Amino acid sequence: MRLWTLTFALLAALVVVSLSLGAASFGDDAGWLLMVSRIPRTAAALLAGAGLALAGVVVQQVVQNRLVEPSLTGAPEASMLGLLAVTLIVPGMAVAGKMLIAAASALLGMIGYLALAARLPREDPMLLPIVGIVYGGIIGAVCVYIAWATDLMQFLGAWQLGEFSGVMIGRYEWLWAIAALAVLLYVIADRITILGLGEAQARSLGLDYAQTRALGLVVVSVITALVLVTVGGFPFVGLVAPNLIARWRGDNLRANLPLIAVGGGLLLLTADIIGRAIRYPFEIPAATVVAVFGAGVFLWLLHAAPARRHG
Amino acid sequence: MIEISSLSYHAGPTPILHEISTRIESGGITALIGPNGAGKSTLLHCISGLETPSVGSVRINGIDPFSVPHRQRARTVALLQQSPALVSRLRVRELVSFGRWPHHQGRPRREDEEAVDRALVAFALSDLAERTIDTLSGGQRQRAFIAMTYAQDTPWMLLDEPLNALDPRHARDLMARLHGLSRDGTRSIVIVLHDINAAAGWADHIVAMKDGRIVAQDESAAVLTEDTLRDVFDTPFELLHHKGRPVVVAR
Repeated sequence: MRLWTLTFALLAALVVVSLSLGAASFGDDAGWLLMVSRIPRTAAALLAGAGLALAGVVVQQVVQNRLVEPSLTGAPEASMLGLLAVTLIVPGMAVAGKMLIAAASALLGMIGYLALAARLPREDPMLLPIVGIVYGGIIGAVCVYIAWATDLMQFLGAWQLGEFSGVMIGRYEWLWAIAALAVLLYVIADRITILGLGEAQARSLGLDYAQTRALGLVVVSVITALVLVTVGGFPFVGLVAPNLIARWRGDNLRANLPLIAVGGGLLLLTADIIGRAIRYPFEIPAATVVAVFGAGVFLWLLHAAPARRHG
Repeated sequence: MIEISSLSYHAGPTPILHEISTRIESGGITALIGPNGAGKSTLLHCISGLETPSVGSVRINGIDPFSVPHRQRARTVALLQQSPALVSRLRVRELVSFGRWPHHQGRPRREDEEAVDRALVAFALSDLAERTIDTLSGGQRQRAFIAMTYAQDTPWMLLDEPLNALDPRHARDLMARLHGLSRDGTRSIVIVLHDINAAAGWADHIVAMKDGRIVAQDESAAVLTEDTLRDVFDTPFELLHHKGRPVVVAR
């Protein structure tokens, strides 16, 4: 209980900072400013961070590798490719349609990654993330080529570098779907944990492995699409939050999934606050802040990973 | 009882198992021995319902593991795969608790907690219950996974090379525990062993495999002859007796 008290105290403090920080100052229309801009922005950072962290832990359980997260499986790049196609072919498509295309593309991207991953030897935990980086890089290069040739680089840039400065009421509400997906994941938390024991063990325990894995990947794809389309992509959140929580609290998702979600939200909100404060009143994208911090944690994880492997 | 009739298994175009027909009676320990690539693990996976045979059928306590619901299968037969998940940060008690999942599907009852406690005691894990798997030694980790399989409380336990990576003391200790558990008549254990002497010392029955076929199957003493072992492993053995137990030495 003490843990949750501290967590919520930290959360509350950051929310207050986030609500009071910005170029505009509170005057007579403080309520309006909060309603239209500050509350949506704060909620968007928390929801996106929670979603990315949850998507990260699901992918890690599916591939049984802690160094993987959705952005290292080609999912966001595939999603961008789908979005570029929509923008070129059906420019006026409604947001719901774009979300659907983005999610379906992310899913296809991940299926391709899993097909590659299935052929790799499992002894070296580094291999899966490296292959993911290369795979995502190739799809990303195709995106850049298409965007360059069709003058859509501006769109691509917005998807690649996520930030919250454009978040306003009416423009972020899709992210609330992440809250519903988080509840779904909590309901199947035991199943996701069992996935992490590997296919043979999971099936021996009577889990419908293929069905559970498919459900997990669909959730990851939808979260990736929701975040990408609404606020853009963020690296490392799906890696850092689950790994820090696992080191601290272990791997039992029934117990730790809420912490992972809150941890991801806090991480991204902190990144957004730093990005807003560091050159006030100008802003640095939260994705940039997260990348700097996340790369540091990633290096630490790489360094620490072999120490946990016994012969 | 496990009944296997004319079971063949192909991995793509490569035949792994050829028309295997046999019965494994309930009770005690049955060891699967044979050279690398003989098909022992594949046969274990087919019996447990995890691999679907290309041809033929399996009945385990009368049920077809491929057609019954997953949950019913998982309450009849439990498989421990070779070298299971390595760097889990689950606690030992949490891991063993997952053995109860086929029984409660996420809502553990009192009897599930008790079964977990029994499994922890049976494999001397009570003191390690709150440790995470990645902090355990190889022997402790193997015990934790077998305890999960045991907690699944199935009439059949299938263990794929559980002695891998165990030193002689831990290997002996584990075989002695399994032997003890198999004595009360409620558990039947099928175990893939590379150490012929572990089979000689602890198994009630031995199934010897080679090139995807069963070449000998009987009570342990009847299979452990110099002629049979030479045929199975393509290498000469000498059979000695020490304090009433057979000991096999490669020549």
